[in-house]
Amino acid sequence: MAYPADYRYTKEHEWLKVEGNTGTVGITDHAQESLGDIVFVELPKVGTELTAGKTLGTVESVKAVSDIFAPASGTVTEVNEALNTSPEQVNKDAHGAWMVKVKLKDPSEANRLLSAADYEKYVAAEGGH
Amino acid sequence: MRYLPKSESDREVMLRQIGAKSIDDLFAAIPPEYRLKGDLKIPRAYAESEIVEFFRDCATGSAQGYATFLGAGAYSHYRPVVIDSLVSRGEFFTAYTPYQPEIAQGTLQSIFEFQTMICELTGMDVANASMYDGSTGAAEALMMAARLTGRHKSVVASSVHPEYREVITTYARYQGMPISTVAYSKNGRVDLSALEKGIDNETAGVLVQSPNFFGAIEDVAAIADLVHKKGALLIVSIAEAVSLGIVKPPVEADIVSMEAQSFGVPLGFGGPYCGVMATHDKFVRQMPGRLVGQTLDRNGKRGFVLTLSTREQHIRREKATSNICTNQALVALMCSIFMTVYGREGLKDLAKQNLAKAHYAAGEFKKAGATLLFEGAPRFNEFVIQTKTDSYAINDKLLGQRIIGGFPLKKFYPDLGNASLWCCTETTAKASIDAAAKQVAL
Amino acid sequence: MNKKIRKVTTHISQNEVLLFERSSAGKKAYELPPLDVPEVDPAKLLGAQARQDLGHMPEVSEVEIIRHFTRLSTWNYAVDHGMYPLGSCTMKYNPRVNEAVARLTGLAEAHPYQPERISQGALRILKMLSEQLIEITGMDAITLQPAAGAHGELTGILLVRAYLESLGNPRKKVLIPDSAHGTNPATAAMAGYAVENLKSNAAGMVDIASLVAQVNEDVAALMLTNPNTLGVFEQEIHKIAEVLHAKGALLYMDGANMNALVGKTRPGDFGVDVMHLNLHKTFSTPHGGGGPGSGPVACKKILEPFLPSPVVVTKPDGTLGFDYNRPQSLGRVRMFYGNFGMHIRALAYIMANGPDGLRQTTEDAVLNANYIRKGLEGAYDLPYKTPTMHEVVFSDHIQSQKGIKTGDIAKRLIDYGFHPYTVSFPLVVHGAIMIEPTESESKESCDMFIEAMKDIAEEVEEHPEFVLEAPHNTRISRLDETMAARKPILRWKPQSEAVGK
Repeated sequence: MAYPADYRYTKEHEWLKVEGNTGTVGITDHAQESLGDIVFVELPKVGTELTAGKTLGTVESVKAVSDIFAPASGTVTEVNEALNTSPEQVNKDAHGAWMVKVKLKDPSEANRLLSAADYEKYVAAEGGH
Repeated sequence: MRYLPKSESDREVMLRQIGAKSIDDLFAAIPPEYRLKGDLKIPRAYAESEIVEFFRDCATGSAQGYATFLGAGAYSHYRPVVIDSLVSRGEFFTAYTPYQPEIAQGTLQSIFEFQTMICELTGMDVANASMYDGSTGAAEALMMAARLTGRHKSVVASSVHPEYREVITTYARYQGMPISTVAYSKNGRVDLSALEKGIDNETAGVLVQSPNFFGAIEDVAAIADLVHKKGALLIVSIAEAVSLGIVKPPVEADIVSMEAQSFGVPLGFGGPYCGVMATHDKFVRQMPGRLVGQTLDRNGKRGFVLTLSTREQHIRREKATSNICTNQALVALMCSIFMTVYGREGLKDLAKQNLAKAHYAAGEFKKAGATLLFEGAPRFNEFVIQTKTDSYAINDKLLGQRIIGGFPLKKFYPDLGNASLWCCTETTAKASIDAAAKQVAL
Repeated sequence: MNKKIRKVTTHISQNEVLLFERSSAGKKAYELPPLDVPEVDPAKLLGAQARQDLGHMPEVSEVEIIRHFTRLSTWNYAVDHGMYPLGSCTMKYNPRVNEAVARLTGLAEAHPYQPERISQGALRILKMLSEQLIEITGMDAITLQPAAGAHGELTGILLVRAYLESLGNPRKKVLIPDSAHGTNPATAAMAGYAVENLKSNAAGMVDIASLVAQVNEDVAALMLTNPNTLGVFEQEIHKIAEVLHAKGALLYMDGANMNALVGKTRPGDFGVDVMHLNLHKTFSTPHGGGGPGSGPVACKKILEPFLPSPVVVTKPDGTLGFDYNRPQSLGRVRMFYGNFGMHIRALAYIMANGPDGLRQTTEDAVLNANYIRKGLEGAYDLPYKTPTMHEVVFSDHIQSQKGIKTGDIAKRLIDYGFHPYTVSFPLVVHGAIMIEPTESESKESCDMFIEAMKDIAEEVEEHPEFVLEAPHNTRISRLDETMAARKPILRWKPQSEAVGK
């Protein structure tokens, strides 16, 4: 699957889309594939303060739990409630199934993240061993 | 060595195959200075007949042939013989946790039925397939309330079983969970105004027991109102499960923590028993303990599996809801069989006999001159009396007549003087009640 | 398809619905004796607290109960059927005399609060078991109160905490090797400690150099399983203890694998300060489909004052009793005295074996594991070549080249009439195949197991799809666990209520 060029990516496999000072966060297609069938997504409440690099929630498959790390700092303004009942959306369309929207503290934080091309290279290298 | 299926020549052949000169080669990793040179200092091997004789000797003189008025967290109910006949099937008792569902459907389906019956009886949406017992279950329920609310304090009624409260204290100490205790009122129920004052906006959970340690049935609806108004969760602990046959279930609670020993589990000098936790659907992901769920196999056939296991220690490790692993599955099976034997009508009839016997006994004791404490609250099969004589002295006399008297409360509630807690079940004969009534008058 | 399955076992496979689906109004399986006291009106006595009805509780007859649970039982695999080589779980034979004596009326019907005067036999059992477990472990004191292994771990770590607190500083962290059971980190967290991971070295053992680097005044204890979950004895155990003790930290031993040591060596002798035992592993009490267990905690003298209350003591008059006056005790971890029924069974087991029987038991367990290791070498990848004791860990490295994982091999083993080994644990081995035969297997059953595993390895080469579809002859095929977790159905509901949900 192609990694959207207008998203930025973390080495922990989250994506961040920045529009003005709003950031939208999800996990990458590579992440959903290595997790397998996702059965539950645990997300923060609206108003939660996020710190870049710290856990914002978890994704669960049948036999594994993975933390989701905040790609940038800010305040949660919206949560994708649809994932409560249909976590499989993340498997079907990882780059569309957003998890939280965040009012970013500093939109330029995104520049520290990987570009689509760099992330793709990173994933290829990681899978190589 | 009757449990070992090998001959000496088998062992030799196997060692040769491995390429070991002697069995010692296989223990070479243990540094020589720590290898035992001689025998362990324990008695020689006993023949099976000697083992039986030894334990018969231990069993003689204990419990057998006594009428008992003890309850206080462990209840003497008749155990239908089908229970032991079924749980003695090796397919049940020599199986492991059902991690391989294709060859564990027996255990899995019976747990699913257990979960269902507990839900029916408690009025909750979901029940787990066992905690160690009522005391540890209550402690885990308070910790669950803390996770759900993001708060850290707990409030516990002083009419909760004192040993449950001791266990809670142990568990809570290092969880950063301060516990405050709320007194009981004149009728033995929780003092509602003290409770209201005891809850603040940092209170995560409030624990009451119903019927409580004094046998009084709490007004769960009124307590729930108070607790919920402050944004805390209500945990109701049930120590006498048979009460559910006739007492309104605590549907207003957020978590029900139960000890199911009354459902066909031997008293067994205190264990193994069967803790159970039940709650609402929305709280299930913070509930500890194993859960069985229904699903389909590749051919569309109904089957059962362990599910939502990401809550558990083998996956989430230090972030798990609890460290619990081994539970009380076989005891839960005993409970399932008991609940099935009595069923929808029988549990009611059984509970009604308990109610009648305790009511009769309380009346007779009062007539004989004992003072009934905590009158005015509804009760199930336990009641408290106050006597002029020391309760241990009364019990000594009764023991001579092969009657085990009520539980002296001064051990846990010194303020209550010569008060004692008496329990009657369907097994308590009128003759024993009448005999005991003569002694409590003194 | 079935003709390709060698050594197939078949079993009764009648269909059996849920109890609730068999239920109908008016059927019953009980009869109460006539009430010998006046009837009461619940509505009058209980008022608003009276219950109106019992919902969908089943109504069935006695014969249906017997058939229901008997049929369900036939769908289980059990130690009584055959080899159950779950690594780490120690699925050994459960002697029948244990069951018989645990059900003796005077023990089974003893109330925990009955007078001590008529509880001397029960107290004697507690005391004897305590003394024998102390001798077996080489420790100084013990509590039988914990209800299971993980509960014992909690008790043990709380003991450590209480002891360190008495010295003025409870400290902050517990070290746990990466090969540990999940209960260890979960336990440390419950006791209020931060968990710090300790990496294993190439031999699968604790790396002394990294241990030295990680142990400081913040470390309360190391939780160590020995032999560890790879079945490897920590050869430098005494050095490990020394490193910890030098910094005032304690050594906790997870006794899950004590069945590799009984009668051969004693943890108390090699530097362990506190440990738990799983009576349902080492001492043959049944696993019961998940429990009950029992997790006594043995400790050294320095920790004794902190043991849970009460403890069994001999009173001045020579009789036995409980001592509740324990001012330094960490408190209670369970009501009453623990899983007494399991204490009876464990004592009966120790008595049946005696010192030479216990030693032979350990030797046979280790012999079986090494025999299987030898038999499967080459057919399966052995990631750690270090000598193993009572269990051996292979990996699916060879088979995964064909797309077959440890879980698939496990499912195929079912068709051969064996319970699978432990799948995917310990986590330090990718695709782990963890085999613990126990002493209860004869040479013949070990041979059959080896043959089955080798056959499956061949099948993986020749017909991998056949292994992927296994098991082939169970009542149900592989279940959809994803569906179970996404839309949990955790209880039965009548059709009318289930629809629309």
